[in-house]
Amino acid sequence: MNTILVTRNDLLLLLGFTIAVLAMPIWLQPFGAAYPDLMQRFAIYGIFAIGFNILFGLTGYLSFGHAAFFGVGSYAAVWSFKLLTMDAIPALVFAVLISGLFALLIGYVSLKRSGIYFSILTLAFAQMSYNLAYSVLTPITNGETGLQLTLADPRHLDQALGISSRSPALLGQPLLGYAGFYFCAGLLIVAFFIAQRITGSPFGMMLRAIKSNQTRMHYTGFNTRPYTLAAFVISGMYAGLAGALLAITDPLAGAERMQWAASGEVVLMTILGGVGTLVGPVIGAWIIKYFENIFSAFNEGILHRTFDFLPDGLEDAVVLVTSKFVGEGWHLTLGLVFVLIVVFLPGGIMEGVRRLVHWARRPAEPGRASPRPQPAE
Amino acid sequence: MNHSKKGMSRRTLIKTGLAGILATGVSPLILTRGAWAQEFCNNPTGDTVTIGLNLPLSGAYAEEGADEQKAYELAVQHLNGEGDGGLLNVFAPSALKGNGVLGKKMAFVTSDSQTKADVARAGATRMIERDGAIMITGGSSSAEAVAVQGLCQEMGVIFMAGLTHSNDTTGKDKKRYGFRHFFNAYQSGISLGPVLGDEYGADRRAYHLTADYTWGWTQEESIKNATEALGWETVQAVRTPLGAADFSQYLTPVLNSGADVLILNHYGNDMVNSLTQAVQFGMRDRQVNGKQFEIVVPLFSELMAKGAGENIKGIFGTSNWHWNLQDPGTIAFTKSFGAAYGSPPSQAAHTAYVQTLLYADAVERAGTFYPPEVIKALEGFEFDGMGNGRTLYRADDHQCIKSVLVVRGNENPTSQYDVLEVVREVPREEVAYDPTIFGGELGPAEPAPMC
Repeated sequence: MNTILVTRNDLLLLLGFTIAVLAMPIWLQPFGAAYPDLMQRFAIYGIFAIGFNILFGLTGYLSFGHAAFFGVGSYAAVWSFKLLTMDAIPALVFAVLISGLFALLIGYVSLKRSGIYFSILTLAFAQMSYNLAYSVLTPITNGETGLQLTLADPRHLDQALGISSRSPALLGQPLLGYAGFYFCAGLLIVAFFIAQRITGSPFGMMLRAIKSNQTRMHYTGFNTRPYTLAAFVISGMYAGLAGALLAITDPLAGAERMQWAASGEVVLMTILGGVGTLVGPVIGAWIIKYFENIFSAFNEGILHRTFDFLPDGLEDAVVLVTSKFVGEGWHLTLGLVFVLIVVFLPGGIMEGVRRLVHWARRPAEPGRASPRPQPAE
Repeated sequence: MNHSKKGMSRRTLIKTGLAGILATGVSPLILTRGAWAQEFCNNPTGDTVTIGLNLPLSGAYAEEGADEQKAYELAVQHLNGEGDGGLLNVFAPSALKGNGVLGKKMAFVTSDSQTKADVARAGATRMIERDGAIMITGGSSSAEAVAVQGLCQEMGVIFMAGLTHSNDTTGKDKKRYGFRHFFNAYQSGISLGPVLGDEYGADRRAYHLTADYTWGWTQEESIKNATEALGWETVQAVRTPLGAADFSQYLTPVLNSGADVLILNHYGNDMVNSLTQAVQFGMRDRQVNGKQFEIVVPLFSELMAKGAGENIKGIFGTSNWHWNLQDPGTIAFTKSFGAAYGSPPSQAAHTAYVQTLLYADAVERAGTFYPPEVIKALEGFEFDGMGNGRTLYRADDHQCIKSVLVVRGNENPTSQYDVLEVVREVPREEVAYDPTIFGGELGPAEPAPMC
């Protein structure tokens, strides 16, 4: 039996990942993305995508409703702020527990089916949750306006302890700006480590076996339901954790967080980065959030300044064309990138990285087959 | 040789050394402590000062957002001394000099809020954290305004709300760092009620369709209160999601409800769609309970009226401002906006422009960008010449108290812009109300230590 807890490669990967995450404020500088709010989002959606990948990447069950757990996490965290305390820890614990429970309920029903039926079921549940949050449960969710903190919130625990903090804090240390980023980054690293352990464990092996051939598993006498359900709940808890973090860095929860578009986004992140890989989904999340926040902020003024060196007529033409792909048109750019990646690198960006490494290591043997493309289930 | 005695002994050397180390180590702390009083989020140090425009350039209120952006650009030009000066010439009392703000040129960054509260907050955060915006302004939805205002309170950055009509913005959710020039649903109710009573009588049955978020809720409540005070009965109030393209499923039940007035608490594209569909359903040609069926749109705008075209004729509503007013402020603004963009400004554009000038003026009067001082300068400020008559920035809730217009879709428009006629200008005394009725607290003025 293998008694080594962490293999050398895993350790190196974890170390590299940790350094990359903690050094974000430095290496994101040239990209214009090194400000706390966006880096917090990078960390938060990284957690979301890692969790999603535990379900989709390992078991192959494609859930189209993960935003529901994300939203539930946010609402739970904000309610913890409103009712108990501005401290982040109870908010996180509550969010993870409640979204886990929620995932247990939805997973129990949805996992009775597999394949496309499972996807449709999760989509239906998520859309139901969205509509509940949007218009039925407005006393709890405050609908379209979004759930916010007010000065009149009771905060029973804070009141009992005589703390009068206005913004979310960690044991008295306010989580604004960079403090908030490092808090999220720390949790991202922990989340990554746990996902790594799950992937390498016998449990992870079981999940991958379910992906490769569930029928065979049944024939050999395995009951796969508890495993898929466990994976579903774990990934729901990851989503809840991410949702809670988003509420901690910015104490507001809105229903649009649960919309199908948000569920679709995490699927895109995972496929873009590389399904089934550990780092891929995180990279996918970073790319999508980068596009959403930076590309969408470009306007014609900025483009004109960028292409200032071109002759006048040409400059206008270039700006006219490129302006369709930035600002409001960032979805178009993202769509193009997505199509290119799925067509040429079906395994996502991680496959590109693998091919590069492969090519760099064996320059003498050109044309060696790269990992065979597998359809994204 | 007395050298050794005159020179420093080891003890003095250590003493002076230590004192020196202490002095160099501590004095910067003392100095920075003193400087802290003026150290605040995005204190502009260069020769420009940046403001952040958070505008819905896509989504249900996109058209208002685009018009607001034009107005902001115009305001920034005028503040920097370019163009014809616009309202700078008529606004009084004014401390503006037309050379920027406190000698610094004003610049701006923009962000598309997509008419979504979450996105608006992310955009505002980006503009504050990355682009160094000293003030955030804009927005065309109360959900956005309430969300961004909360954020600005936390970060210690002043928020000058754009078009937001919900009572909550300066009511339940009011914030020390948030300021609103636009009027609110409660004032719409007070102004519109008597006119509706005169035109349609006291025996009416109203059916509300309401945009399902903070603005819709408060407007529905305010109009309900105003009409029920007239003796009207509210048959039903149905909530519709923001940005729904098709309202037919909500309009069909109206036909069989026995209601004879339809009140559309919708705005922007939503209102254009719901009104057009209601007219297509033949509602305006119907007779119910022996009376002509009527439609009321409590919050009206120029852009919506244009979008709805023919359907708007004869329909009552309220407006914050209209370009066709004949006071010097309105004339000056309409002229410079028209010269720049070839069309008269909407009320959204007007409020955006005025808010920018009011902020700049408050900074000039305060003599600093330090937010608590600017807030003090704005609170209780009374001014004139901005097109709404004498206006008070009320200190209790940061709501501007000024006259409100009751408008009606023009039956015989002389141009494509002449779509609304002003029926009544309700004086400011009539629409002033007790600021405590909505609850809420402004909160503290001290800025967050960092942002």
